[in-house]
Amino acid sequence: MIEVRRLTKQFGKHPAVDNISFSAEKGEILGFLGPNGAGKSTTMRMITGFFPPSSGTVIVGGSDILTQSLAARRKIGYLPENAPVYPDMTVSRYLDFCAEIRGFGGAAKKQRVGETLERCFLADVRHQAVNTLSKGYKQRVCFAQSILHDPEYLILDEPTDGLDPNQKHEVRLMIREMSATKAIIFSTHILDEVDSVCSRAIIIANGKVVADDTPDGLRRRSISHGSVVLTVTGAATDDIQQRIEVLDGVASVSVVESDGERTTLRIFPDDPAVPVADRVIASANQDGVRLASVFVEQGRLDDVFREITTGIRP
Amino acid sequence: MQSGNFLRNIWIIMKREFAGYFGSPVAYVFIVIFLLLTGFFTFYISNFFEAGQADLKGFFQWHPWLFMFLVPAVAMRLWAEERRLGTIELLLTLPVTVTDVVLGKFLAAWCFIGIALALTFPLVLTTMYLGNPDMGVIFCAYLGSFLVAGTFLSVGSMTSALTRSQVVSFILAVVACLFLILAGFAPVTAVLSGWAPMGLVDLVSATSVLSHFASISRGVLDVRDLLYYLSVMVFMIFVNGVILQNRESA
Repeated sequence: MIEVRRLTKQFGKHPAVDNISFSAEKGEILGFLGPNGAGKSTTMRMITGFFPPSSGTVIVGGSDILTQSLAARRKIGYLPENAPVYPDMTVSRYLDFCAEIRGFGGAAKKQRVGETLERCFLADVRHQAVNTLSKGYKQRVCFAQSILHDPEYLILDEPTDGLDPNQKHEVRLMIREMSATKAIIFSTHILDEVDSVCSRAIIIANGKVVADDTPDGLRRRSISHGSVVLTVTGAATDDIQQRIEVLDGVASVSVVESDGERTTLRIFPDDPAVPVADRVIASANQDGVRLASVFVEQGRLDDVFREITTGIRP
Repeated sequence: MQSGNFLRNIWIIMKREFAGYFGSPVAYVFIVIFLLLTGFFTFYISNFFEAGQADLKGFFQWHPWLFMFLVPAVAMRLWAEERRLGTIELLLTLPVTVTDVVLGKFLAAWCFIGIALALTFPLVLTTMYLGNPDMGVIFCAYLGSFLVAGTFLSVGSMTSALTRSQVVSFILAVVACLFLILAGFAPVTAVLSGWAPMGLVDLVSATSVLSHFASISRGVLDVRDLLYYLSVMVFMIFVNGVILQNRESA
């Protein structure tokens, strides 16, 4: 388990990270969200032991990153932002170096490096210098470095930044694949990624944790969560709006779009947990009125994210 | 166990650094320029052949001055480059101590300069062919020259850790090395001895690499001179480590 305890980092007078606490268990994929400059990278740099915190500490699998730094760092794999790798080295030389410094030698080193090259689809470019590789490959080389020693804890700072959609997909697959035996913390500002990969998400803003929940739980905070979006043809807008507004369990109805022929309404329920879609459909279903589409909104992470980090209700 | 790891880590980092020198043009440019300049100064300024003496005084006396520019050029990339590329973030989150990394990098650069120095061997062979030089003196002078290079390198490594700009690092290192030379340079001590008490003049010139180099290159291997070089290096490497540990940005 990674335990972040009251972590604070002061740059001058300004606190970049302000008294953050959270933890990640093995088997968990923790998404680390926040606007640029919220303190994501700074927090990760403190977890990995690159920055000493101003106060607080991090316990990595029972080892304190400040007092048992080497033991803690052995258990961590780290992919820094922008995936830095020595440009003059070839891919396999670089991974050899990483394996050696992590204590592998001889046959074990060869096997590790070979396996990692295969796993990250780098076998074809193993003898190329890193500065001849594309951004996607560089990212993979750095990713390879972070999983080379099969660490129990993976800290990934924007692992899909700058990759094309296929490469993003591959990286997400790899992250999911590895999650069974590891605790993974990764930062991103792609909210879809949180949905498809994370089991839990933490949102930070101005150096503070402002939300710590599952992706579903976060979505439930959205104002549109549980609302019914209904599109009908062949009915007067005012008419159908009034008819639905008086139904039990309906709090309010707003017109999303109306062009005379086609009307789209959003129906907000009193309680998002009590479904109103069936009643809405029954009430709309009349002579001459045809249902074009109806769906229940799950809520949008974008809205929640904006609301939580800026305080503005969309 | 712990010291085994220590040496192992230093060795692995040294190997990587060393491969880095020869993987880029830096190494070849440095070696060629160093050899050309030593040749030029020895033969054209010191008039090696016309002097008619079977010693290498005219060769070694230029070393501190050459190293003053060339060593900071090697040292400037040690840390500034890592910071610029961001690779420092990976390097310092590996399970190694700052001491391992600082020493590994320093020793790799020092060995590299040592190789450049060793490549001046044809001059020794020439002298041996022409006369009967005192090999002990030549050995001592090489050792002294190597120590001066190491001292400048430790200064350059420290200034490199201060900044992510290699140019700034280079200039700071050259100025610091210039100070270390000038403190014992005869014209400077002469100015000083005009008004300052003798003790102060001695103290200032004792901080200079030049005065310590002078005695070693005469063949006098004094513990105090060795101690001087080693203590400057240890101090600078220590400061280098402290700077890295207290950095506030990548």
